[in-house]
Amino acid sequence: MKKEKDTTISVKENRAVEIWRQYRRNKGAMVGLAILILLILVAIFADVIWDYNTDIIDMRIGNRLAPPSWEHPFGTDNYGRDMFARIGYGTRYSLLIGFASVLIGTLIGVPIGAISGYVGGKVDNVIMRIVDTFTIIPSLLMTIILVSVLGTNLFNLMIALSISTIPVMTRITRASVMVARNNDYIESARAIGAPTATILLKHVLPNCFSPILVQATLRVGSSIISAAGLSYIGLGVPLPTPEWGALLSASKSFIIKAQHMCLFPGLAIMITVMVINLVGDGLRGALDPKLKR
Amino acid sequence: MLKYIMKRILAIIPVVIAVSFIVFFIMDFVPTDAAVTALGDGATEEELEYYRDTHGLNDPLPVRYVRYMAGIFHGDLGTSYANQMPVWDLFFDKFPNTLRLALASVVVTVLLSLPLGILAAVKENTWVDTVCSTISFVGLAMPNFWLGLLLIMLFAVNLHWLPSTGAEGFKSLILPAITCGTGNMAALTRITRSSMLDVLRQDYLRTARSKGQSERNIIFGHAFRNAQIPVVTQIGIQMSTLIGGAVLTERVFAWPGVGAFMVDSIQKSDFEVVTGFVIMLAIFVSLVLLLVDVLYALLDPRIKAQYSKN
Repeated sequence: MKKEKDTTISVKENRAVEIWRQYRRNKGAMVGLAILILLILVAIFADVIWDYNTDIIDMRIGNRLAPPSWEHPFGTDNYGRDMFARIGYGTRYSLLIGFASVLIGTLIGVPIGAISGYVGGKVDNVIMRIVDTFTIIPSLLMTIILVSVLGTNLFNLMIALSISTIPVMTRITRASVMVARNNDYIESARAIGAPTATILLKHVLPNCFSPILVQATLRVGSSIISAAGLSYIGLGVPLPTPEWGALLSASKSFIIKAQHMCLFPGLAIMITVMVINLVGDGLRGALDPKLKR
Repeated sequence: MLKYIMKRILAIIPVVIAVSFIVFFIMDFVPTDAAVTALGDGATEEELEYYRDTHGLNDPLPVRYVRYMAGIFHGDLGTSYANQMPVWDLFFDKFPNTLRLALASVVVTVLLSLPLGILAAVKENTWVDTVCSTISFVGLAMPNFWLGLLLIMLFAVNLHWLPSTGAEGFKSLILPAITCGTGNMAALTRITRSSMLDVLRQDYLRTARSKGQSERNIIFGHAFRNAQIPVVTQIGIQMSTLIGGAVLTERVFAWPGVGAFMVDSIQKSDFEVVTGFVIMLAIFVSLVLLLVDVLYALLDPRIKAQYSKN
């Protein structure tokens, strides 16, 4: 009995090792992963690296709008605060919003999509028409409306972004479940009388894992961009919180005098989204060996 | 074909009803008082109550919803609380600007993406392919509104070549169109490349080559014609999102379009405008998606035959 258990574990381990071996071959994805881990560490230890009150929000008017220098690699803002510290600290907001909103959206969207794809028929029809309706409203507008209704703060921004993630995750799960449910082993599970919930959780969903994971990873990047956009128009995280979109929003008034204020927050967003997309592409390649690029 | 189009236009009605229901329902949660928005903070409680009564704001949600829906079919979307103008007129005052920006952006996207995508596919796995893919990869990660700010910095502030804001004349359209257009470039380049790659591996292209046809004819006459469907789909999706989703670009360039006006209205708690605008946008997005389906039929006779059969 014990021996059998060991075999299953080693099969699972082999699968993980195989995925990692495939993933490692993609140099871009490895660079992306390394930078992403670094960013996550900065986000977690932001409070250790910088002191929020003195480094991040304390004003030094005498030193305002200073261009990049050795002391301030990214220059200072209109209140004389070090842009490098503010952008560094802002990592935690963008990453938190990006990952949390996608996680919430996935946790809601996947079960809906799974039921829609597995049960089919009228249930599927009703769910998909609701999803279509949400797709017809441009997602950024939907997010803006939801944030303005819920009130502007970090938590509501995450909720609003996760709601626009739900239709995407529902669709992708539904599509892969519809493929997976026609497999013979699902048929046999049904034949021996396994309950629908068990079939879905144990047999169908594990086989739909790859496309869901890849889509979710790529979605994190677009959520980070949307969040920054909302903060830019004043509907996201409010100043003085050093969220990247809010930093860009503040930079617009100084676009003639201090162009570094606009340059670096945008670069931070772009690099972060780029490394997440690199990891997503790498995962796609590693999980689906049929796709070379 | 005509029957198919009519059927699709009728199918927009339930979509509009569903969208309006969702928006109406969400807006009902807003804790602001429309009467205060309309009359200002100085109004007395009697004045506010009179306004609520005469404008039917005290009626229950279902009553207001049915009355609102009845209005839509007469071209009545209510009146803006903030400036007392009909929402219908406000929408059609802003919409031409949004449409102009959307069309110009699509032109920019197509002019950049199709050559890049085709080139990347034809020169697959060479340095040309790598350069094209890198451009689209960077474009995908770049926040649109930031690109807009960078363009303002370069062309308006530093070089003084183009205006940074407003919507007067062709010159002011250039920067917003480039901003929106390059934002969509990445996706369209990728799709053009992959659908061209699919087609380039087909047997009939080998046949065309062995017949001695020129490479140019093979790529544009045979391959691209067959790779068009996914490309057109993507352009349609981009057009539909531009109609309602160019909010940020409109804000960056102070472009007087639908999106920027909606954000202003949200900030002024003018929710009559928000509701009406979302419904109108949903109608136009549905129409664009229908247009894409009709285009399929024009591009591919097989699809046209299918439409006529239904």
